[in-house]
Amino acid sequence: MQVLKIATAGSVDDGKSTLIGRLLYDTQSLTTDKLQAIEAKSKANGFDYLDFSLATDGLVAEREQGITIDVAHIYFSTGKKSYIIADTPGHVEYTRNMVTGASTSQASIILVDARKGVVEQTYRHFFINNLLRVKDVIVAVNKMDLVDYAKDNFEKVKADFQNLIDKSDYQDQHITFIPVSALNGDNVVENSNNMSWYKGQTLLDHLEALDAQDVYEKAQARFPVQTVIRPKKDEYHDFRGYAGKLYGGELSVGDQVTILPSMTSSTIKEIFFFDQKFDAAGRGSSCTITLTDEVNISRGDMIVKSNEIPKVDKQLTATVCWMDNKNLNPGTKYFIQSGSTRVLAKVNEIFSSVATDFTGEDTSKNSLALNEIGKVQIQLSKPLAFDEYSNNKASGSFILIDSQTNTTSGVGFIA
Amino acid sequence: MEVIEKTEIKNKERQILEVNALESEAIYIFREVASQFERPVLLFSGGKDSITLVRLAQKAFFPAKIPFPLLHIDTGHNFPETIAFRDKLVKELGVELIVRKVQDSIDQGKVIEEKGKYASRNGLQTTTLLDALEEFKFDAAIGGARRDEEKARAKERIFSVRDDFGQWDEKNQRPELFDHLNGKIELGQNVRVFPISNWTELDVWNYIKKEQIEIPSIYFAHKRKTFFRDGMIWSAEDSVVHREDDEIVEERMVRFRTVGDMSCTAAVLSDATTIEKVVQEIRNSKISERGARIDDKRSEAAMEKRKQQGYF
Repeated sequence: MQVLKIATAGSVDDGKSTLIGRLLYDTQSLTTDKLQAIEAKSKANGFDYLDFSLATDGLVAEREQGITIDVAHIYFSTGKKSYIIADTPGHVEYTRNMVTGASTSQASIILVDARKGVVEQTYRHFFINNLLRVKDVIVAVNKMDLVDYAKDNFEKVKADFQNLIDKSDYQDQHITFIPVSALNGDNVVENSNNMSWYKGQTLLDHLEALDAQDVYEKAQARFPVQTVIRPKKDEYHDFRGYAGKLYGGELSVGDQVTILPSMTSSTIKEIFFFDQKFDAAGRGSSCTITLTDEVNISRGDMIVKSNEIPKVDKQLTATVCWMDNKNLNPGTKYFIQSGSTRVLAKVNEIFSSVATDFTGEDTSKNSLALNEIGKVQIQLSKPLAFDEYSNNKASGSFILIDSQTNTTSGVGFIA
Repeated sequence: MEVIEKTEIKNKERQILEVNALESEAIYIFREVASQFERPVLLFSGGKDSITLVRLAQKAFFPAKIPFPLLHIDTGHNFPETIAFRDKLVKELGVELIVRKVQDSIDQGKVIEEKGKYASRNGLQTTTLLDALEEFKFDAAIGGARRDEEKARAKERIFSVRDDFGQWDEKNQRPELFDHLNGKIELGQNVRVFPISNWTELDVWNYIKKEQIEIPSIYFAHKRKTFFRDGMIWSAEDSVVHREDDEIVEERMVRFRTVGDMSCTAAVLSDATTIEKVVQEIRNSKISERGARIDDKRSEAAMEKRKQQGYF
């Protein structure tokens, strides 16, 4: 079954948790015991409707404060697809959570309150989806019941949103507007009887119709080696398999390949998945490759097609989202990790901080604080094979690890 | 194991590896654990989730053996079927099995057995587990927890860092982005790793069916002496659960959806005697899997509290 990961971001009052609860409820994904717990809790809190947010806010602090602090993962499936929702808070102080949620998602839902229209938070959500190049974005204009299902409110949101789209440099993004009432269920799973003027799909119908080509950009094959498999068994005496996950494109037996960063070349001899051999492996598969030549390959090396070589350099520029309480200052050393590669690095220069509301860059900044986004130049201790993020998300992104605390301090998108 | 030359069987028709996203993700995680840590261990309970983990680990390193041992924290309240199954599996795989017993922790005075009709050893496991991790200097413990099981688990990372005391600091977790898993830790810290975080119960069952993975017989419907308590069905076939006099024992057709400690795992009425019927039953079920876990019913935050203290 196909798996679709969706990011949602929204503020406390947008009704995001209600929308997710509604999706679960209308797809019969809430089991009786969970539903009973929600009913009991809603009643205890004095609500006269079911508070679906109780299904998603998992930590004690979140239930106490009625807010979503962390990324929560919610699962439901239809007969056609399995869905994973990464649910994140929408406040500016949770920018890092939104970035985290969007990093593994192929689609995104941005909630807008039909009464308030496009607000500062909407700018930020769209900016992040733009920066992370989430290909399918759904703008769910919620609480239509509170504006008498008026088409005007919906059209106003569309028009205001167009201003943001005009500022975007990611023109291949698909953006769909859907008027919904999460509370009453209009256009979430069931078509609405209250908005005959809306001829489009319901939210779920839209998600169900999404295909791989709707959510993935075409990219070149990148195979970062995670580990070298040497069985030390008689029947596999000379076996040397390179195990990894394939990103971007397909690799086939017979392909001429180059190993980075050493730039040695060889040919793919076999492609294994468990105890079976295949002629080709597709994007996303965790397979094991053998080569025709004995070459020196270890963890962190990358196997690519010889006519599709990425950049190999000791210097890169990137947009970084900062996730640590300790500010990022020029000259500080971090480990940079991209997949299976980890090398020591130094942030040479911070060029600017970037506003998340499309108002531009501030070049006077010389450090980045928690939740800030900025453009930086990084010096690496060893050459790294990488792509521009817009060409390949896996080989075009990295995390920065604090060399003292070991925490993940930031994430970068290579320019 | 024999390698099947698929290309020859299918008369040179081009065989392209189809991607199962969840399986591929889990295999990727296993390979990262093996590479990033000095001494990983797979926590094996004999339940379907840890059996699934074993299959995924086999796939990740084939044709090599699984490069880490299995650790079973034995509460002494296991279903006998589970233990027999465990020993057979370990023999087939040729991997090392380490068993550490809760009874030993009790005898050493490290934990005190709970009393009364709801007495369970489930919570006591934490001490035995943490001691075992320390004894063998394991720096990564791989578990079969899934985010869909319970809402505190929904917030869990794939690489979840625990401090010297095994504690989970849920408000201060490392962000996890793309496939860049950060396994850097300080001496004394360890990491819990959850390769099937993103699987649902139905995903696990579908996988067991597709892969024809053998599982213990108690997952299938069978006749068992049981009694009702608090609307749930308890096994009466052993002395582990302290039954009250007014709780009447009857033979019923039941199966178990999770295989935890016998003292906290309730059965469900079922006539699903085959894997196909089990999948069908789960698909139609209106009760969540942990709905039959008595340990979760203690309070709304029961799991979060146990996790903070170092539970699985």
